[in-house]
Amino acid sequence: MSKTQVHEFDAVIVGAGGAGLYAALEASRAGGTNRTAVISKLLPIRSHTGTAQGGIGAALGNVENDKPQWHAFDTVKGGDYLVDQQAATILADDAVQAVYELENRGLPFSRTENGRIDQRRFGGHTRNFGEAPVRRACYAADRTGHMILQTLYQQCIKNEVSFFDEFHLVDVLIDGCKCAGVVALELATGVLNVFHSKAVMIATGGFGRMFRTTSNAYANTGDGPAVLARRGVPLEDMEFFQFHPTGIRGMGILITEAVRGEGGVLRNGKGERFMENYAPTLLDLAPRDMIARAMVTEIRSGRGVLGDPSKDDYLYLDATGLGSEVLARKLPDISDFCRTYLGLDPAEKPIPVQPTAHYAMGGIPTDLHGRVLADGHGGLYEGLYAAGESACVSVHGANRLGTNSLVDLIVFGRRAGRHMADFVKQAVLRELPADAADNTAESLDRLRGQRGDARAEQIRASMKAVMMDSVGIYRDGAGLAEAVRQLQGLRQATEQVKVRDTARQYNTDLLELLELQNLLDLALVTAASAEHRRETRGAHAREDFPHRDDDKYLKHTLAWLDGVSVRLGTKPVDLSIWEPKPREY
Amino acid sequence: MTGLFSEKMAMHIIVRIQRYNPQTHKSAWFEDFEVAVEPADKLLDALMFVKRNLDGTLCFRKSCAHGICGSDGMTINDVERLACRTLIQDVIGDQAENDRPVVTVEPLRSLPVQRDLMVDYTRFFETYRLVKPFLIPVGKVERGETIQTPAERRKFDDPTKCILCASCYSSCPVVAQYDPDFIGPAAVLQAARFVFDCRDQGIAPRLDVLDHPHGVWPCASHFNCTRVCPRGIKVTRCINLVKRAIKEFREQQHQNI
Repeated sequence: MSKTQVHEFDAVIVGAGGAGLYAALEASRAGGTNRTAVISKLLPIRSHTGTAQGGIGAALGNVENDKPQWHAFDTVKGGDYLVDQQAATILADDAVQAVYELENRGLPFSRTENGRIDQRRFGGHTRNFGEAPVRRACYAADRTGHMILQTLYQQCIKNEVSFFDEFHLVDVLIDGCKCAGVVALELATGVLNVFHSKAVMIATGGFGRMFRTTSNAYANTGDGPAVLARRGVPLEDMEFFQFHPTGIRGMGILITEAVRGEGGVLRNGKGERFMENYAPTLLDLAPRDMIARAMVTEIRSGRGVLGDPSKDDYLYLDATGLGSEVLARKLPDISDFCRTYLGLDPAEKPIPVQPTAHYAMGGIPTDLHGRVLADGHGGLYEGLYAAGESACVSVHGANRLGTNSLVDLIVFGRRAGRHMADFVKQAVLRELPADAADNTAESLDRLRGQRGDARAEQIRASMKAVMMDSVGIYRDGAGLAEAVRQLQGLRQATEQVKVRDTARQYNTDLLELLELQNLLDLALVTAASAEHRRETRGAHAREDFPHRDDDKYLKHTLAWLDGVSVRLGTKPVDLSIWEPKPREY
Repeated sequence: MTGLFSEKMAMHIIVRIQRYNPQTHKSAWFEDFEVAVEPADKLLDALMFVKRNLDGTLCFRKSCAHGICGSDGMTINDVERLACRTLIQDVIGDQAENDRPVVTVEPLRSLPVQRDLMVDYTRFFETYRLVKPFLIPVGKVERGETIQTPAERRKFDDPTKCILCASCYSSCPVVAQYDPDFIGPAAVLQAARFVFDCRDQGIAPRLDVLDHPHGVWPCASHFNCTRVCPRGIKVTRCINLVKRAIKEFREQQHQNI
């Protein structure tokens, strides 16, 4: 193993998407004395936040009456009451100020005629506790995430934040309940770097790459949650994974919900607007879990475009009613995707769509300041934070509403960054264990020296098939039990994979194997958590238990990974504001 | 991915990739890989197939796979493109060997090669930082939002689409042949993003970088940047607008003296 490089910082943030960059801004601002570093496995502004399209929800009330309280309620109901209600209230309240801050820092929002931030409709966002859709999503055409990522990176340049680009997280140094830094592999050199710091924040984003059809980037492999799980940190509500209704058929590329927010409708093979039968009030703007299930039901009933459920059938997203002017002005990127990948103009022809694996509601459990929880009774890790999709506060519960992912990044990235900035002022640098990188170095050498004949690509394909077929939109006990068994075998098989690239420098073959192991660890936790929850709630739909069961399961799941076995526990849900009710739209 | 693993493999193509590892080789070479594809597959799919099934040592960057993150800029049949927004059917036809269409893939130009298709973006991001690519506000907003009309917002819409993929920088003949110190089209475009935003102080705080022998002036309107931009940005037009804004600013200064 090459010599290890050691760096010293007050705060180290892993991940340079929306949550990580907002935290970096806050951590680098307070007092100006904190030494803050952001490490990312990607180059600047390549992070997946940049692909978010449609908008960021905040009750500004710029185009019609709106209140943060309604936003909070919609979030709780949208999450099928598994949302922690104080967290949802903070999300909705802080969203307003966070959007203003982004605007003040240069974010080029689309504007109303009188020059205010424009807002549009999105699924599950309503006025007055469910009466009708409300215009709450602030947007910058259909590249809102791109503009958020750009704006935050620009501000980090202004604040002179230190960036370590293309450093791949391989370990978090945790002793008992205290964190002393992270270990990362530098792509350019293959050298292990130890980042010794008072505080660490994990903001590595999602892990949709465990599914065959996904909107997620290749980089979305859940490195942060997987490393922590192997270090004994529990993961929360991993059984809840959102399928977005409108991925481009066969590709998974996302077509934003804003298409429906602006008036687009879903149609089955007969041309019928089928959501009338599933969500009579909100129709095509019902929450994503309900629409994705409705789509599967239509296809299984032979009402897909091919009319044959045994084929890889699909449905239509019809945006022809919007007109070419609205599409060009408000949804230019979507129109471009349709032209590039499908050779069609959405103003003239409907878009062929299928649900696509999109968002992890679960993740690293945190408190309201982003501090990582050690158990279900309020125990905390010291100096360890998480935010964004890799974390679970929980504001999304069993199903996230559209736009709330960006809200989550901004609100809780900001809160965690502020708390971390205060924490490092009074904290001391914990002594670095002499063997900080030894374990990692050994396991990497073991992988590099592996001469087995297992092929990573076969393991990857099997994982995606298992997750898609048995841990997808609909699930059942037998399928989940079998999925757990298969994923355990696949994870073990990765130890027999031969790394074909023997170079130290730019060894992406080795990194892809590490990413595959991370995905498999999280896939296993997801399947095991799903097997354990014998009810249907939000995005977790059990065909053998088709109803919500508040008596037994109105609680968060905590899962501890131990090798290839998963131990499960629970954590209470904060129900301090609204009483759970049946979820109708 | 519709084609690579399905049964109806429509055609076989040759992907001819420039390989280079400065640690082990003195110069670059080309290597051919035969891949079964469907015409509507993305070139990135074919590269992923090569990497994961044929040669694990092949190096290139990728992430979002649908043209937004800007990771997979490369030279495809001698033109800068993103591999994930390039369909096979759009790049075959020019060249064939033994009835197999050939697609030639090389790294971006004017940036040092790190390994295979990976280039070192250090200089590119340096030029980006030079133009102060962040809002320098005109005044402090007391509370809430700054008011900006749709017409004011439209003035800088085009440059906000930039994903910093460096395709324009690679295609620029000025950077390649005449002035390697030219800050390049992307940096000027990023300056335009702020110069024409009514919330920003505009030209003044960026004048020393833009109105400089290696600032906007080396640009001779070859329009390569506009032709290759995967986001469809009229890059050359934006550069010319910045040139005009500098001239107007200088004239204004002159009148004030």
